[in-house]
Amino acid sequence: MKFSISNMDLFYGDFQALKNINIEIPANEITAFIGPSGCGKSTLIKSLNRMNDLTEGCKITGEIFLDGENIYGNIDVNALRKRVGMVFQKPNPFPMSVYDNIAFAPRTHGIKSKFKLNEIVEKSLRDAAIWEELKDRLKKSALSLSGGQQQRLCIARALSVQPDVLLMDEPTSALDPISTAKIEELVLKLKKDYTIVIVTHNMQQAVRISDNTGFFLLGELVEYGDTQQLFSVPANKRTEDYITGRFG
Amino acid sequence: MRRFDEQLAELNNMMLEMAALVEKTITMASQALIEQDTKRAKNVIAVEADVEQKEKEIESLCLKLLLQQQPVAKDLRVISSALKMITDLERIGDQAADISEIVIMMNGAPYAKNPEHISQMATATVKMVTESIDAYVKKDLKLAKSVIAYDDVVDDLFDKVKFDLIEMIRSDGKHGEQSIDLLMIAKFYERIGDHAVNIAKWVVYSITGKQA
Repeated sequence: MKFSISNMDLFYGDFQALKNINIEIPANEITAFIGPSGCGKSTLIKSLNRMNDLTEGCKITGEIFLDGENIYGNIDVNALRKRVGMVFQKPNPFPMSVYDNIAFAPRTHGIKSKFKLNEIVEKSLRDAAIWEELKDRLKKSALSLSGGQQQRLCIARALSVQPDVLLMDEPTSALDPISTAKIEELVLKLKKDYTIVIVTHNMQQAVRISDNTGFFLLGELVEYGDTQQLFSVPANKRTEDYITGRFG
Repeated sequence: MRRFDEQLAELNNMMLEMAALVEKTITMASQALIEQDTKRAKNVIAVEADVEQKEKEIESLCLKLLLQQQPVAKDLRVISSALKMITDLERIGDQAADISEIVIMMNGAPYAKNPEHISQMATATVKMVTESIDAYVKKDLKLAKSVIAYDDVVDDLFDKVKFDLIEMIRSDGKHGEQSIDLLMIAKFYERIGDHAVNIAKWVVYSITGKQA
């Protein structure tokens, strides 16, 4: 297991956003989190690289282990975020060149060799399936790229520090169907080398690409299991009602 | 009721209509057989054309629902089961038409022996087809499983028919042609029973998600 979460509660002040979460996330698989807005799925993935530390009043109890190590124990949070990369809903390239977007994090981590940086930029862009499109535009501003290209650039940027895990928070919700298909293909290729956790409102996307799916409702993990099983014979009526659109 | 639920209700109604037409083909074919009524046998072939038309309509609705609604879970099981079941229903209609064609070819020649076991096969298979569709519409797992089990009754009757026909040929060689015609008819009923079992198995799948 890549992540093992046990008895996890999360509070924003007095509000309990996650209730007694117990979940195991396997390595080199794609795990999707689904559920209505405000159910806690994004909160959970933000807990996996301690992004919630930045939210005032956020308190977490219980345990989250990454490769057997408690990430809420005495660890280096920067090292954790290097291992657990994140891609957001809206592509957020830095206002700098394509090259510098990818080289930014490796430089921050002390890599100065031009040769090494070139190598990282090319490998990251190749892994994000965008090298062929951008290899002649490395000096161009990342902001001049299309939305789909920007998102793949952000994935390449996340890959530049060679993480183990890629967290994706609705990575295609702002993209057209062709760009969405390219990201989905990419995610399927990446699982060979990375563990991927994706939050999505697009249930067909969860069916298409994920191996495991978790359904969240009002801060609870209602059901978690094999994606095909969950979408064909859900064990819980609340899951059935949500995925068939009869919720509420 | 939301649009998708209305469409699913429409699918259920169309399945019932197709099942009613198929039941009509078997019942008419069976009456034509027992009463040696070639006119009624010819009518079966007309009803069978309606069955095929209904199959196309249901197929078209199911494909539309798959495209429009991208169903999952129970909805997906109901629609995919319907798509599979109509193939079996259509084959049952075909076999009723095949029985009718033989009745027409026999052209009212008197039976050497009352075909009582074939008549029982007809009754048994109509029951199986009716109950398999009832099970689908009412989502009745128990009824679906009883249809699957009832196939043994039809298979036993088929063996009895074979025995009757062997006896008939043995008693007088001139009954050979009629015996072979009746054997084919019995075989068609036996196949109808198998198709009803297939339908019942898809009902089990649509309810439980597990293939029977």
